Amino acid sequence: MSSYPILDQKDTRSGFGAGLLELGRSNPNVVGLCADLTGSLKMDAFQKEFPERFFQVGIAEANMMGIAAGMTIGGKIPFTGTFANFSTGRVYDQIRQSIAYAGKNVKICASHAGLTLGEDGATHQILEDIGLMRMLPGMTVIVPCDHNQTRQATIAIAAHEGPVYLRFGRPKWPVFIPNELPFEIGKAQRLIEGTDVSLFACGHLVWRTLQAAEELKKNGVSAEVINVHTIKPLDVDAVLASVGKTGCVVTCEEHNRYGGLGDAIAQALATHKPAPQEYVAVNDSFGESGTPDQLLQKYGLDVPDIVNAVGRVMKRK
Amino acid sequence: MTSSPSVATSPETTVSELQRIASQVRRDIVRQVHGCQSGHPGGSLGCADYFTALYFHVLRHDPAKWDMDGKDQDLFFLSNGHISPVWYSVLARSGYFPVKELATFRKINSRLQGIPTTHEGLPGVRMASGSLGQGLSVGIGAALAKKLNGDDKLVFTLHGDGELQEGQIWEAAMYAAGNKVDNLISTVDYNGRQIDGDVDDVLPLGDLKAKWLAFGWDVLETNGNDMDALLKTFATAKSRTGKGKPVMILMRTEMGQGVDFMMNSHAWHGIAPNDEQRASALSQLEETLGDY
Repeated sequence: MSSYPILDQKDTRSGFGAGLLELGRSNPNVVGLCADLTGSLKMDAFQKEFPERFFQVGIAEANMMGIAAGMTIGGKIPFTGTFANFSTGRVYDQIRQSIAYAGKNVKICASHAGLTLGEDGATHQILEDIGLMRMLPGMTVIVPCDHNQTRQATIAIAAHEGPVYLRFGRPKWPVFIPNELPFEIGKAQRLIEGTDVSLFACGHLVWRTLQAAEELKKNGVSAEVINVHTIKPLDVDAVLASVGKTGCVVTCEEHNRYGGLGDAIAQALATHKPAPQEYVAVNDSFGESGTPDQLLQKYGLDVPDIVNAVGRVMKRK
Repeated sequence: MTSSPSVATSPETTVSELQRIASQVRRDIVRQVHGCQSGHPGGSLGCADYFTALYFHVLRHDPAKWDMDGKDQDLFFLSNGHISPVWYSVLARSGYFPVKELATFRKINSRLQGIPTTHEGLPGVRMASGSLGQGLSVGIGAALAKKLNGDDKLVFTLHGDGELQEGQIWEAAMYAAGNKVDNLISTVDYNGRQIDGDVDDVLPLGDLKAKWLAFGWDVLETNGNDMDALLKTFATAKSRTGKGKPVMILMRTEMGQGVDFMMNSHAWHGIAPNDEQRASALSQLEETLGDY
């Protein structure tokens, strides 16, 4: 089987909650803000242990972003928590002016991103947030792949000076990143070494990509799997090193094909060393209700879709 | 062009001294806006007395020791950032940066951006503003940080009346009262005008006092172009802090105050005077501290 055995089944948002609780204990400047989704964001343990440092703002996300920006003046490190849609699209201008342009040290922590939100459907399944946040000058964009990595990333961003968008999700998902594997902002992780094709993935699709690499191996294809948990700043050196060896690329993300990981990789390649690339991403549409597995299958983000994309891209080498 | 030394702040500064400073601040506004042929003179002139009172009498601040965190200092946030010329004038005149830098307003490579920002590192500015409706939330955040830090100083914010049409203001209003953010003194520049015309014609605010009272604020009213009244209102406002409610000052002003042809109209919200108009305006405003 895979060199990455399933250690557990946990949601990435619980990784955020665990990381935030640890930060509360280690850093007195860390404060939490939430817009009426404390349980959904798994911020309740932090709230219970540090009530004086937890701020319930109600269903008022714009105000939450502004308060968070203001709290940095005086040295606080605010972590805002709500769904990804309400963390980005709903408050883009507040983030743009009061956080990004003003250079404030706010950590925008967003759960329930992408199709795997599931049954609530398209209004809540934002597929544009990575693009929105990538476009903001100075914004760091991180999409960890499992519970353990989300916990690591949550802790890491507190030590990073500047605005961060941290994107995670709702469903229980395989945990496969060992806690000992170091997490460094801006450093992609090569999970499997290969020679025929480079598979770059982020978030929930990293696990699907590892599964696809196993399938490909059976077919005699040596796929390199790289977890691009930091989409901005992109680890361009890691991208070029891998593609220099394999000569072709498939990008895998739970996001619209416009503006996300695929475009970030494509831009790096077009600028430095063009190579054939296929996108495994949502094909410029909104989502719908369903289970996470059903939705990944219907919208072309499943293991066979990755395998097929590899077949297409290798013919273009 | 002559440069003048900046004016030291003092809690004992008298009404007449403040009025003389305000006259120079108004000259600075007209000259900045004329110098780049753009900007917002109307609201700036209307708020010249407020800013002068705030920076030369009310705020407990030390421009020489300015830093972003502003611990143990009173903080000010301008939410309606487009009235930047008045803020830049009092910042320079109170010692945050050289007065001669006012000549760079809105020009390329300047720290004095059209709308204030932290991006260029201008001392005295702690937040980018201009997209309206965001400054009250920011002020609340800074006030909460002060409470967490055990810092007993205050946070002041200023907003346009037209700006109150933004929904985020009312999210913030609800939060501040509901969470007893009582180290915050906000002011609305209640001049009744906005770009497209009178506020009552564009989108009426209704009974503003009743609205803020209903949201749970302690509400004061004053004439923002009467220095004596302003000082008394600020004193009252400060005495009302720490009592479980945020404080709101509804401040009646006249857009364009001090320059006769800019008053009683919304026309000078966002246009610059020509050479002739500049001369006319400056003839109405005594040069008290030396032009930059």
